[in-house]
Amino acid sequence: MGLFHEISKKPWLSDDGDDGDIDTINNPAAFFLPSGKVGLRVFLVVVTVVFTLVTIAYVDRMTFVNWRSVPEPWVLWLNTALLIGASLAFQWARASAGRGTLNAMRDGLHIGGVLTVGFLAGQLFVWRQLVDLGYYADANTANAFFYLVTALHGAHMLGGLVAWWRCVSKMWQDSPVGDLRLRVELCTTYWHYLLLIWLVLFGLLLIS
Amino acid sequence: MSEGLLDETQVIPPAELEEVDLYHAHSFWTKYVFSQDAKIIAIQYSGTAITIGLVGLVLSWLMRLQLGFPDTFSFIDADTYYQHVTMHGMIMVIYLLTALFLGGFGNYLIPLMVGARDMVFPYMNMLSYWVYLLAVLILTASFFVPGGPTGAGWTLYPPQAILEGTPGVEWGIILMLVSLVVFIIGFTMGGLNYVVTVLQSRSRGMTLMRMPLTVWGIFTATILALLAFPALFVAGVMMLLDRLIGTSFFMPEIIQGGELLSTTNGSPLLFQHLFWFFGHPEVYIVALPAFGVVSDIISVHARKNIFGYRMMVWAIVAIGGLSFVVWAHHMYVSGMNPYFGFFFATTTLIIAVPTALKMYNWVLTLWKGNIQLTIPMLFCVAFILTFLNGGITGLFLGNVAVDIPLSDTLFVVAHFHMVMGIAPVLVIFAAVYHWFPKMSGRMLNEGWGQFHFWITFIGSYLIYFPMHYLGFVGVPRRYFEIGETSFIPPSATTLNEFITIVVLIVGVAQIVFIINIIASIWTGKPAGDNPWNATTLEWQTATTPPGHGNFGDELPVTYRWAYAYSVPGVEDDFVPQNLAPGDVKRSDGGQ
Repeated sequence: MGLFHEISKKPWLSDDGDDGDIDTINNPAAFFLPSGKVGLRVFLVVVTVVFTLVTIAYVDRMTFVNWRSVPEPWVLWLNTALLIGASLAFQWARASAGRGTLNAMRDGLHIGGVLTVGFLAGQLFVWRQLVDLGYYADANTANAFFYLVTALHGAHMLGGLVAWWRCVSKMWQDSPVGDLRLRVELCTTYWHYLLLIWLVLFGLLLIS
Repeated sequence: MSEGLLDETQVIPPAELEEVDLYHAHSFWTKYVFSQDAKIIAIQYSGTAITIGLVGLVLSWLMRLQLGFPDTFSFIDADTYYQHVTMHGMIMVIYLLTALFLGGFGNYLIPLMVGARDMVFPYMNMLSYWVYLLAVLILTASFFVPGGPTGAGWTLYPPQAILEGTPGVEWGIILMLVSLVVFIIGFTMGGLNYVVTVLQSRSRGMTLMRMPLTVWGIFTATILALLAFPALFVAGVMMLLDRLIGTSFFMPEIIQGGELLSTTNGSPLLFQHLFWFFGHPEVYIVALPAFGVVSDIISVHARKNIFGYRMMVWAIVAIGGLSFVVWAHHMYVSGMNPYFGFFFATTTLIIAVPTALKMYNWVLTLWKGNIQLTIPMLFCVAFILTFLNGGITGLFLGNVAVDIPLSDTLFVVAHFHMVMGIAPVLVIFAAVYHWFPKMSGRMLNEGWGQFHFWITFIGSYLIYFPMHYLGFVGVPRRYFEIGETSFIPPSATTLNEFITIVVLIVGVAQIVFIINIIASIWTGKPAGDNPWNATTLEWQTATTPPGHGNFGDELPVTYRWAYAYSVPGVEDDFVPQNLAPGDVKRSDGGQ
């Protein structure tokens, strides 16, 4: 049922189709989804706002005369590949969970987590490289933005790894498959979304 | 068929939803300290918010002492004055009002009013409170560090906020920014709970359009906060980096004391945009829950359904949406393209339309109602008047040509405090007097309540009406002392003294309120389950105060909207939302 239909009801009239709507009365949930999925989607909206604002600030600052772009070390391409790999591994885990092949799900989860740790280590390596080359955060706003966006994205990935760790712990404790499946689905959605955000940020770094 | 009532032949089918697994605490610590019960969390939020709010109140006394009686108190100098101003503003707006409306009332009322056992993510809800407490402690710590808290002004504008010479630049500003970032993380945890609980966890029959307006207000305000706080988060992180590692996100090239600083080509205006992109919705993050609460309370105490429920819901949503396109009216004096000024002035005036609509609907709800002048009702009527006053001066300031001469005067302080200080605080008092009987099982003392109300209400007007005048005369805001200024008449000084004395009297009256709460917990008159004869679900719980899980063995089924008061043909003047159609007593003797 559409939101507009819902909020155009006249609850003070009992013959407005409101009271007689038995399905709605039985299950008034706005979405036929587990609460965890709805919660994650709302959270991703918040994450989107954070990165949108940073992106707007970044684009705004790019127009300033003394903007000197940060070089893109090749390791960033490797890191991007690692994150794509992690996302694919989570997708594999989700598909395996759906099929009930738990061993494959386990493998997918483990590979996804390891690749993500690799991505974060790679990002730290890039930071180290740039610092060695003299691209300090306080030297130019472009440098500062580079460190800011990668740190914010990395912090979100770290948060994801906490959720991943809880999921893996549950798996080791032989939790019910239904619960595990939901956790894997949530992790997968989160990883895909953070990959998308990284691709946008990386693209922004490349064009600037 | 009577309005708002189901036909008695209609039957609600059995539940098809599974009962939610509730977390059950097994020790004192998990039951009352690290509790996952939204009601306990609400009380924790409220207690912390009110405690830090009292600190903010004392800071306002100190500010007023300086303004009313300059050069009198040796413990107030220019630095401490600006620190008081800054901490008072931030504490009241963020750590008191936002936390109390959303963390306090949101946690207590949402599950009860929508018929849920608890929030959907109780563990995260608990974390939300503890992270909030951490934020408050970090902020409070800034009073005890070298240099004291920041004195940058509550808007924390760079570059001055992090430049040498500003009070608290050593540690205070760092702690303020860290505290804000931590607060936002904690709020996000809570906010996700409020939104998802409203969306997914309503009881059978509780359609969106049967929700009480309190829930609509808190729900919409939470969405606003989830979308607006990221701007403050981003601004806070960027300014922290500017302060800690010397980046120049917001720092332009600066010559200080003849010396060129290392900052380079940053944009202070960028901070202002980020701050006000959060800051203006913040007004409605506080106001929308207040709107909802007022709507419900006046309906209960006027024994009449809310006028224009659907319009009220739409107005809440419309105000929420519009609040994101008015932010730059706080920046007229910063300078902007005239077309932008025109745009933001226009949107500012447009947002007055749904707000005025709510105002009319409250008045029309009172019109010919069976008005009971209880304490909650008195506070609500006072709110309507006060918000009207503050709103109208907001229309003045929304216009560029009027705003620019008034922007740096006490007129803005008076407007802001009427609309965002006094008005929501009046609603908080109304809400406490209204829901305290449900939370404690006891009524608050009526006589003390009357005393509290009249002193607060009349006192507020004695404080802020003269302040508008002072602003018109040209008395500037933000000044530590005015000194000898030719265009300010001596009467302004007398008026400032008068305001300060009233502030102290009104402040002391709040102690009566606190004593009333504490004393009534033990000595208040027993309230029963539903002392106001209200229809909403929180008054229909099996026990008072409601136990863990809220509704005993079975969740309520909602049969109607929340405003079935004085329904024609029905014996009682209220019909609870969960009363089955067959159980409604008709005045003709039938059922």
